[in-house]
Amino acid sequence: MANLASDFVGIKSPNPFWLASAPPSDKEYNVRRAFEAGWGGVVWKTLGEEGPPVVNVNGPRYGAIFGADRRLLGLNNIELITDRPLQQNLREIKAVKRDYPDRAVVVSLMVPCEEHAWKAILPVVEETGADGIELNFGCPHGMSERGMGAAVGQVPEYIEMVTRWCKQNTRMPVIVKLTPNITDIRQPALAAQNGGADAVSLINTINSITSVNLDLFAPEPTIDGKGAHGGYCGPAVKPIALNMVAEIARNPETAALPISGIGGVTTWRDAAEFMALGAGNVQVCTAAMTYGFKVVQEMISGLSQWMDEKGLDSTSQITRRAVPNCSDWQHLNLNYIAKAKISQDDCIKCGRCYAACEDTSHQAIAMSEDRTFTVKDEECVACNLCVNVCPVEGCITMEPMAAGTTDPRTGKPVEPEYANWTTHPNNPGRVDAAE
Amino acid sequence: MTEKAYAAGIQSGRLPQTDYAANFTDLHPALDAHEAAVAADRCYFCHDAPCMTACPSDIDVPLFIRQIATGTPEAAAKTIFEQNILGGMCARVCPTETLCEEVCVREVAEGKPVEIGRLQRYATDTLMARGVHPFTRAKATGKRVAVVGAGPAGLSCAHRLAMKGHDVVTYDARPKPGGLNEYGIASYKAPEGFAQAEVDWLMKVGGITVENGKALGRDITLDGLKGDFDAVFLGLGLGGVNALSLEGEDKDGIADAVDFIADLRQASDLSALPIGRDVVVIGGGMTAVDAAVQAKLLGALNVTLVYRRGRDRMNASVFEQDLAASKGVRIVTHAVPVAVKGNGAVREVVFDYVDEAMQPTGAQLTLPADQVFRAIGQTLVGDGLPDLEGRKIAVTGAGRTSIAGVWAGGDCAAGGDDLTVTAVAEGRDAAEDIHTALSR
Ligand SMILES: Cc1cc2nc3c(=O)[nH]c(=O)nc-3n(C[C@H](O)[C@H](O)[C@H](O)COP(=O)(O)OP(=O)(O)OC[C@H]3O[C@@H](n4cnc5c(N)ncnc54)[C@H](O)[C@@H]3O)c2cc1C
Ligand SMILES: Cc1cc2nc3c(=O)[nH]c(=O)nc-3n(C[C@H](O)[C@H](O)[C@H](O)COP(=O)(O)O)c2cc1C
Ligand code: SF4
Repeated sequence: MANLASDFVGIKSPNPFWLASAPPSDKEYNVRRAFEAGWGGVVWKTLGEEGPPVVNVNGPRYGAIFGADRRLLGLNNIELITDRPLQQNLREIKAVKRDYPDRAVVVSLMVPCEEHAWKAILPVVEETGADGIELNFGCPHGMSERGMGAAVGQVPEYIEMVTRWCKQNTRMPVIVKLTPNITDIRQPALAAQNGGADAVSLINTINSITSVNLDLFAPEPTIDGKGAHGGYCGPAVKPIALNMVAEIARNPETAALPISGIGGVTTWRDAAEFMALGAGNVQVCTAAMTYGFKVVQEMISGLSQWMDEKGLDSTSQITRRAVPNCSDWQHLNLNYIAKAKISQDDCIKCGRCYAACEDTSHQAIAMSEDRTFTVKDEECVACNLCVNVCPVEGCITMEPMAAGTTDPRTGKPVEPEYANWTTHPNNPGRVDAAE
Repeated sequence: MTEKAYAAGIQSGRLPQTDYAANFTDLHPALDAHEAAVAADRCYFCHDAPCMTACPSDIDVPLFIRQIATGTPEAAAKTIFEQNILGGMCARVCPTETLCEEVCVREVAEGKPVEIGRLQRYATDTLMARGVHPFTRAKATGKRVAVVGAGPAGLSCAHRLAMKGHDVVTYDARPKPGGLNEYGIASYKAPEGFAQAEVDWLMKVGGITVENGKALGRDITLDGLKGDFDAVFLGLGLGGVNALSLEGEDKDGIADAVDFIADLRQASDLSALPIGRDVVVIGGGMTAVDAAVQAKLLGALNVTLVYRRGRDRMNASVFEQDLAASKGVRIVTHAVPVAVKGNGAVREVVFDYVDEAMQPTGAQLTLPADQVFRAIGQTLVGDGLPDLEGRKIAVTGAGRTSIAGVWAGGDCAAGGDDLTVTAVAEGRDAAEDIHTALSR
């Protein structure tokens, strides 16, 4: 069994699976049970400043998007930061860290954008023995209306400023949690780095309305006839989160900035993917909220089995492994030519590939009287749509053509050399190769 | 059709050669990867899942199914084998319809459970196909344990002890290890030599010496074992068979169902195995159903299973009863055999129909029979065994018997159902207890 031990900006944990700052990490009772179930670390539910805590709505705070069989794919929430008193949280954090010294305990913080507020909370957090802090610049509802959370995360200058205050006033590692509700994720990441952040974590939730009640004519979840946008998370947001993580990992300016990957991590595979695209570890919220703490056991066994199969003996060997292969469109090889191929043995003759290709793609699938579906190589552009709509995994495959053979669609030979758009004759801005 | 199809008496070769293979293939064929993915997807990953509680070996069912769903059937197999080293056999023979699948929340809600048994087989088959053993032995302890009886209970106990670093010798009276996995389970539940393949795979853990053809009471004694070993585990199963106590029971053509099944399991050519034209099986449990179904599959023309009480009292599950019916077995209930007729060999059996209080109603049934199988229960046999509770070895805690240093589990021990999975769990638990005792 592979060693899953993780070291993220000096914070050690027995595995790279942390609970994200959210209800699962809201209190001592939960966190102890999470650690017993096997979680490597937690980012404690975001603390606010001393004084009367925030209040939450007393009606529904979640909405959801379901897949087949009512599988929860996306979750939307309008919960705020912790609504429990600061001192109580601090006492609990201290007790948990004392009893679980091998687990990571990071404390998420959100106080007003004023230096004295940050200066006041940092020493009391430090006193708990916590391993680090995470600055919540991501919460997209409620808190942002009060000038905190995403309201800070959307202004790179504020990010840099607050990060610097924290770095100057604590010895603890500082992780800056980013909001995805922004056009270019590289800017806030760079700002965090400039402010001295030890790492960034992302994504927090995405602004969303999950559905509208067509009797009440109000967004759901509906509270006394009204609804507000919330933050979206869960499996549905993973592709967005993966791209944002990759953007930061790929940017030469932030390539060395450690990343904690968050957003839809539900299985060991999701975790491995985040790490391959640059994350040093992952954080999980919705999967734990959907399936309970025990879900981490599958993440542990799965990642460990996969690492054994790949001959990897440290999780750090996963981090950034796919980054060199994460490119831009303009650098993709235009001389690479593939054709879809339908396995007649696996085909169940549903015709979905035909409908998709005939109606919306390249009319490259033929259908016979007896419902045999075959690809017309002379029409197929290898778009992959048929593969994606086929209900049978592995039934339709993309077969690359060997160099030197003739592509029946263009009548031209498949060139052996790599050539991309930057040098393509149709590109008005092409750069001709040096003679 | 062969010329022997309708021939009276006990005859071999009643079926065309090709029918045998078809009749005795897998009852529940293996799932392929796509089917497994679809089946696994139906699991809700229930909290404190009822299936887990219902499994006598406490397999973490939701976890292993999630491991299949996330593309790691090997990890799923490990989850299974950690609790139940014969998880491969159990996946094939467990009456899941009365265990895990009966309480699956989707069975309760929709009448269609997650296919736990078949998913378990998918996982264990995947790992076993790799030919590697998932566990390594702990450092040698120098302690030696004798395991008597290499059935599910004994094998499970031996494996767990070997894992803990003890040296184990298994003794079994039969020529092959496996117990009823090898000699009793219906052929169509574990075809293609799975029982021996599983034993071979299990032995890869190392540290287990197999001694077959050695019977307790004949070749070895309990006192002798106690002297030679640090602990003894008895997994003797139930070697005896209850008699009908009928006049004429000694006529030719009357046999024990378990012997018929053992012969069938060991037969290299099923077409050479003789079977009656009119077969009567007496009993209402798994053994009776297995004998009746396999008699039918061998080409018997009429097979009647006769049980003394109502269907709801039968030990064979509804699924097993339906299986028998689907193969053409006629099930007669509320009938007790009163006479066996025939001149030398059995020709017919006479039954009294009885009421719920088992009192004769006055009505009778006479069934033509050229072969009769007794399947009214097995009994423990052996002298000098630890104290009994009822007709089985009395145990406290994890299989401790009245004799210090001697543990027992499986069918021979009191408590628990007579099932493969229960035997495995009891063997495992006894091994843990033996380990604790030896570590002191
Ligand atoms: C026909 C039949 C069908 C069954 N079908 C199913 C099924 O589908 N599913 C299910 O879950 N259960 C089934 N069972 C029950 C299941 O097989 C048993 O519960 C299980 O095998 C018990 O395991 P065990 O190790 O206790 O005993 P056994 O499997 O009986 O093994 C005992 C071993 O001890 C050996 N032995 C006995 N006496 C001595 C001695 N004096 N010295 C040395 N060795 C000795 C025997 O040779 C044997 O190998 C069936 C049983 C029968 C009879
Ligand atoms: C109900 C709820 C409350 C949350 N509260 C916080 C919070 O207090 N602080 C924070 O940084 N993120 C909070 N989050 C965001 C999560 O930490 C996480 O970034 C997000 O849910 C994406 O991960 P996931 O897809 O695994 O759920 C919350 C999410 C949910 C669902
Ligand atoms: S999960 Fe259900 S029961 Fe629990 S607090 Fe929320 S609404 Fe109430």
